[in-house]
Amino acid sequence: MARGDSIRSLVDRLELPFNELGFDPYGISKKHLVVAFSALGLLYRRYFRVKAVGLENVPPRGRGMLVGNHSGGYALDGALVLASMMLEMEPPRLAQGMAEKFINELPVGSTWSYRCGQFTGLPENAERLLEDDRLLMVFPEGAKGTAKLYKERFSLVDFGTGFVRLALKTKTPIIPFGFVGGGDAVPTVYNSKTVGKLMGVPYVPFTPYGLALPLPAKCEVHYGEPMRFEGTGNEDDQVIRGYVDQVKSRIASLIETAREARGGAL
Amino acid sequence: MRILIVGIGGALARRVALLLRDAGHEIIGLDRRPWWDHPKDIEVHEHDIRKRAAEDVFRTRHPECVVHMATVNALSAGGEERARINVGGTKAVFEHSVAHGVKHVVFVGRHTYYGASAESPLYHTETEPPQGMGAFPELADLVAADLYAANMLWREPGLATTVLRLVYTLGASQTGTLGSFLKARRVPLVMGFDPLFQFLEENDAARGIVAAIENRPRGIFNVSGPAPVPLSTIVRQTGRTGVPLPEPLIKRLLGRFGLPNLPGGAIEHLKYPIVVEGKVFAQATGFAPEVGEVETLERYRRILAGP
Repeated sequence: MARGDSIRSLVDRLELPFNELGFDPYGISKKHLVVAFSALGLLYRRYFRVKAVGLENVPPRGRGMLVGNHSGGYALDGALVLASMMLEMEPPRLAQGMAEKFINELPVGSTWSYRCGQFTGLPENAERLLEDDRLLMVFPEGAKGTAKLYKERFSLVDFGTGFVRLALKTKTPIIPFGFVGGGDAVPTVYNSKTVGKLMGVPYVPFTPYGLALPLPAKCEVHYGEPMRFEGTGNEDDQVIRGYVDQVKSRIASLIETAREARGGAL
Repeated sequence: MRILIVGIGGALARRVALLLRDAGHEIIGLDRRPWWDHPKDIEVHEHDIRKRAAEDVFRTRHPECVVHMATVNALSAGGEERARINVGGTKAVFEHSVAHGVKHVVFVGRHTYYGASAESPLYHTETEPPQGMGAFPELADLVAADLYAANMLWREPGLATTVLRLVYTLGASQTGTLGSFLKARRVPLVMGFDPLFQFLEENDAARGIVAAIENRPRGIFNVSGPAPVPLSTIVRQTGRTGVPLPEPLIKRLLGRFGLPNLPGGAIEHLKYPIVVEGKVFAQATGFAPEVGEVETLERYRRILAGP
């Protein structure tokens, strides 16, 4: 991508069927994307100085599933992966995350996540997007992944298996990625479910300095070569688990590579 | 073909009747509401579908196809009476059709069947069950009528049954749930939420129903419109003013200060979308809307603005 491109021109170049009001058939809004990615762009380039490696592994068009790790804190990594697809890909691509269900129940959060293409993580939504040749972003660790503490920031927790079944059913390539830096930006030492309950979210992370405001840690994301598995999605759990383990192992190795390449957090 | 339209007094049903008549069909109408200036070549009977006289129309006129458009959708209508009409009326339509040799029944239901819920998929397909009933029990009678009609697919295999789940309509009649909602100059919105709404221009909706009658597909079909649009944009494009109100406040204000009198459960429909996938119906009938979403809104803006 040309760094001089304005966010508006990047959004204009997205290969999505926007109507003349600026909405695609899912309600994704050009106006909301420009606002969201203008803010994310600043965080991506200036604050977290994100380096994206292996972008050539992401298909420029057609269906694909970005599958990676949460690196701690909250879903900061997800937002920066979205930014890397919009800011660094040629042509720019909108990655569409599968959001936690509670986000759709939050005023403002619901509207913004949907207008920016981040829908509730339901199998029906995911399958439809892939059949429509969209780029899906999946974190198989789920909320347990974002709840990692600082000391666990480079580890992986259990993976769900639904993403592999979906990839098989829809004949979608999986593009594994390893993200490092989220846990340094939000060095969580404790997650409070009680405070989370009061705020309508699963938990609220706390850091040594109190609130989980992100520090300007350097982040790095490495995209690996696409992984393709043959099947229908109806295979036995054992077969699916084998594929999941292959993806998990690939992500673990990408995390290690990214960790070495990045050096220190600052 | 001789076609009986039950509920012919409604604006959409009249359009369907005129389109079918123009296509060369013989049209008979049944409704307890009058259609004062109906064309002479359309025969209209003023009876309640649940009364004996209505069955006489089936018995004496022997329609080949019956189109059931007599369900009440207005959420402001009284709950018990609405339920009696929607469920009792649907039962009567099918009982009379089976008893008097009707070959095809088209039940015109609504896409609100699926319910608005935070946990629903964005696009609904015909195989999904209704959701959000707990939050909106007032929808129960429409859902029951839809399910009763769908049951006929296996209970009466000799009768071709088509169940349509039609999106909102906008057009010159200014009727229908969304059309009526937009009639007020100020339209309440739930602060922080902006659901997608899907709609068809009134003539397109009528064309969709005609396509179901003429192609006689058996089964359950979503009849979708062009691409859905967020409610706040619909409000703006039709020249209305959106008034975003916090959810706890909006519940207290409904029915006052010029805001529509909606049941509490309807708030969910102002928070979460009901969008349907219409691919199956398009494949079965070849139906596609002629008027796009932007043009439909522009036309409705002009209608609301008046001459």
